[in-house]
Amino acid sequence: MADFPLIFERSVPNRRGCVPPVCDVPTKDVASLIGADNLRTEPAELPEVSELDVVRHFTNLSQRTYGIDNGFYPLGSCTMKYNPRVNEAAAANPAFASAHPFQPPKTVQGSLRVIHDLQTWMAEITGFDVATMQPPAGASGELLCLLMIRAYHLSRNDAQRTVILVPDSAHGTNPASAARAGCTVQSVKTNERGSTDLQDLKSHLGPHVAAMMLTNPNTIGLFEENILEICDLIHQAGAQVFCDGANMNALVGIARPGDMGFDCMHLNLHKTFSTPHGGGGPGCGCVAVKSHLEPFLPSPVIQKTGGEYVLDEDRPRSVGRVHTWYGNFLMNVRAWAYVRAYGAEGLSSIAKYAVLNANYVQARIRHEFPPAYDRVCMHECVLTASNQKKLGVRAFDISKRLIDYGFHPPTNYFPLIVPEALMIEPTESESKQTLDAFCDAMLKIAEEARTSPELLHSAPHNAPVGRLDEAWAAKNLDVRWKPSSKPQTVKA
Amino acid sequence: MNVPTDRLYTPTHEWLKLEGDVATIGITDYAQSELGDIVYLDLPEPGRVLQQGSSFGTVESVKTVSDLYSPVPGEIVEINSALEGQSELVNSDPYGQGWIAKIKLSEKPENLLTPDDYKAEISK
Repeated sequence: MADFPLIFERSVPNRRGCVPPVCDVPTKDVASLIGADNLRTEPAELPEVSELDVVRHFTNLSQRTYGIDNGFYPLGSCTMKYNPRVNEAAAANPAFASAHPFQPPKTVQGSLRVIHDLQTWMAEITGFDVATMQPPAGASGELLCLLMIRAYHLSRNDAQRTVILVPDSAHGTNPASAARAGCTVQSVKTNERGSTDLQDLKSHLGPHVAAMMLTNPNTIGLFEENILEICDLIHQAGAQVFCDGANMNALVGIARPGDMGFDCMHLNLHKTFSTPHGGGGPGCGCVAVKSHLEPFLPSPVIQKTGGEYVLDEDRPRSVGRVHTWYGNFLMNVRAWAYVRAYGAEGLSSIAKYAVLNANYVQARIRHEFPPAYDRVCMHECVLTASNQKKLGVRAFDISKRLIDYGFHPPTNYFPLIVPEALMIEPTESESKQTLDAFCDAMLKIAEEARTSPELLHSAPHNAPVGRLDEAWAAKNLDVRWKPSSKPQTVKA
Repeated sequence: MNVPTDRLYTPTHEWLKLEGDVATIGITDYAQSELGDIVYLDLPEPGRVLQQGSSFGTVESVKTVSDLYSPVPGEIVEINSALEGQSELVNSDPYGQGWIAKIKLSEKPENLLTPDDYKAEISK
């Protein structure tokens, strides 16, 4: 974006955005307050800009981005659903937004009730006994579950269980969490129907397996047809089953992982429960467990005793904290508002419309982009651009061309076991008109692949920037602004 | 897809060319084409002893990170140092300048694919 300077590059010496008032209290030497060692010796070189410079800079940048508030965002495996504004109204309530974590519990009973309500509802929705809202992200929730499973095996003097099984279709977070938990990973094959291969699973089970991490619906957007048998087999081998809740949008209000035999699961509030997505957080990776894992939950546990909400920190078997305080609390407020707005009966409409929308898209464009596995899909469909590949057009080109039609591209080249994968998750938020417009664009692109493939190879044409050189960017990683006028000084 | 007839292959898309008891190995034209632009290879130091089929490094492209599997059992005697700054050689010349490692065989490798077998494998 050579035509779009960084805020640093807009800097003009001595330009100011505001003039602070003259100090009307006695001053103290800063060095005497924090120690001279902590003072910087050179100016920080912050951008010197006016308020108007700042407003224009960030307003213009915001107009170059694309999010769910701009248009359709069918990013498979990410559940980019609409975040209702009522959530924001609730979270902005000063009684929540201004609460301080140091406040005595008696003075924040309303906030503790929100957490307690939500952990109770999440346990009920998922079919588990108890839940915690502490993990600040999905990956943190995965790690917490693995640490609790490890603690559970150790508590039974079953220390040799260090292998974690993951399907070959799994999201990369699963093996990464397992490695972070100090375990080794073994991959289980997917069968010709897009489900876990039971024979291959059996061949991996044994006294060294701690757990299997499984997403249901799985990462191909298909329901694990043999989930009861899978959980039975794993339990018979002495291992635990973790459910990756990334795809809970397909099940909420309809089916419960706890009833399927899972021992624990995580939920991404930013997916299923409509808290804001992206920007690196803050998130909430709620974790729900069966009672045998309850002693290992992170401390403190929020409990209700005699009409009062209390923080139980007397948790001798807890695996410890996974975040400061009580997690990212205002995410809980948003999710609380969302669940209350739907109500117990309304929640199931989320899954019904999410599944209907995905199947509608699959049915409308499958003659050009066939499904990787020919089944009724759940909340997302995984299609392949194998027909277009024969014409020299790749999934990547199709995704870039979609930008020209005003849509965010779907996930591509994932899951890894599907060649030229296009993974489309419409979510329940979208109307038939939006889905039709997207399908029309996909069919038009399929036609363009036959008649004018060069249009696809050089896409996007209507975006602020054209085709970016991703290989160059990965090889020349340079994300830090350096003053061009001065040579870089490197401190030892 | 280019499958030279002067070497052997694996189902995991590596090739090897034997000279005496040293195998030069790399990834196939099909593999580089599926991976897309390769941006980085994480490779071990020479001296590492490998079993046939064991993972000895990773190849990172703009799409994904994939394991590299040794097509033969033995000890790594040389790594292609040119790849450190020019990983694109694996894309542009996978069977030549884009070779990845040389491995001194400890025993005879098993179950390798002939060029015809490999061609059949990738046209499935």
